[in-house]
Amino acid sequence: MLTKRIIACLDVTAGRVVKGTQFLNLRDAGDPAELARAHTASGADEIVLLDISATHEGRTTLLDTVRRTARGLFIPFTVGGGIRTLDDATAVFDAGADKISINSAAVADPELIETIAARYGSQAVVVAIDAGFHTELTQSLNNIDVGFDGAEVMTSGGRRPTGRKVIDWAAEAERRGAGEILLTSMRKDGTRSGFDCELTSRVAQTVRIPVIASGGAGSAQHFVEVFTNGRADAALAASIFHFGVHSVGELKETLQSNGIPVRWPC
Amino acid sequence: MSAQIAILDYHAGNMASVQKAFEHLGANVIITSSPMDVCRTGKIVLPGVGHFDSTRTLDALGLREPVLDAISTDTPFLGICVGMQWMYNGSVEAPEVAGLRLIDAECIRFPAEVKSPHVGWNTLQKTGESKLLAGVANGSYVYFTHSYRAPVTSDCVAATEYGGKFAATVERGNIFGVQFHPEKSGELGLQILRNFCEL
Repeated sequence: MLTKRIIACLDVTAGRVVKGTQFLNLRDAGDPAELARAHTASGADEIVLLDISATHEGRTTLLDTVRRTARGLFIPFTVGGGIRTLDDATAVFDAGADKISINSAAVADPELIETIAARYGSQAVVVAIDAGFHTELTQSLNNIDVGFDGAEVMTSGGRRPTGRKVIDWAAEAERRGAGEILLTSMRKDGTRSGFDCELTSRVAQTVRIPVIASGGAGSAQHFVEVFTNGRADAALAASIFHFGVHSVGELKETLQSNGIPVRWPC
Repeated sequence: MSAQIAILDYHAGNMASVQKAFEHLGANVIITSSPMDVCRTGKIVLPGVGHFDSTRTLDALGLREPVLDAISTDTPFLGICVGMQWMYNGSVEAPEVAGLRLIDAECIRFPAEVKSPHVGWNTLQKTGESKLLAGVANGSYVYFTHSYRAPVTSDCVAATEYGGKFAATVERGNIFGVQFHPEKSGELGLQILRNFCEL
């Protein structure tokens, strides 16, 4: 039986793993290569490394970090942040990534999804979507329409609104060749109050490709909820693993006892 | 582990990951597109990700005949993912591209009732004796990512369930194929590659 994946995320800036709350207030969480190995040993199904600075001068550091992290890693490894062109993607694949995650650049140039998928295959292309939220009032004040759920695609690390509906963009990404959707709910990210099951479920029922839920993980019960009510195929978290609130192994035991298929023991 | 392993480069596989895994095991590997290297090498690995159409490059590089010759003279051959699918007659993903026809069947799409691609960790149900899967327990988890699949035939030694059973591992004499990615399947995947090294 296909299992639900638990993905450990490393948000990296200047070669170090950091973690913030709602995209702000960063604090140091350790060395990416060491954390990737530790999470793998404790049962993570996949590692995602996101370069959250993604500045021009940071690229060389990032590639070095990717190379170092990939070296001893024998599970799937996704890298995102600052990938704007096929050449950027190639550099990251050459450094040892199995998949790349693209976000702002795909919104700005949706053909980038097709270009990278044509060269490396859809299985190597994850489209990350950061979902911000509007009320009816803020929609009318800003003269935009992102639909009844108010979920709007945000870019540039959650800073720039695009006026696009999350559901529409997810469907377009799939049509253009994305292999997976990594969906982060900004109203949940860093809060540890649970995943956004409502939004995740809506996206998961819209597309035919796997959806990775992200943002809000605080307890094992939150994962149970996102795999049932949220219909997620995979769930991603960072700080609850780094700071030892839960090891991936403990989490998987809880999931298993709740009837969720997971790779455990592994 | 002394026999040299040639990993075939046809500009579509994740050669670097496969190379890294074999080197981690202490194997002597080269990445090559040269028919001459295929003739000389001790073992052949054909990695693969992506579209079946990319296997047409193997013909463009003149690799089909040397690979078939090597297989007929008992050189161990391992196809991974699309590399395994190349061992069949072909795939509906690219019907005009011929496979190696080592296994008389065709690769097909997943049925519409399941999400495709099939991405993630799924279990191996062993269905026969296998040298490649020596020491691998029934029900072990391995990592898949693919949209097409091979049917279960008499050469299938492990099957996986996803919208029906499909061939996860095939083995016949000196030819081996895995639909999953041993280079991405943790310690268990490394064990499978070690088994291939030790053949």
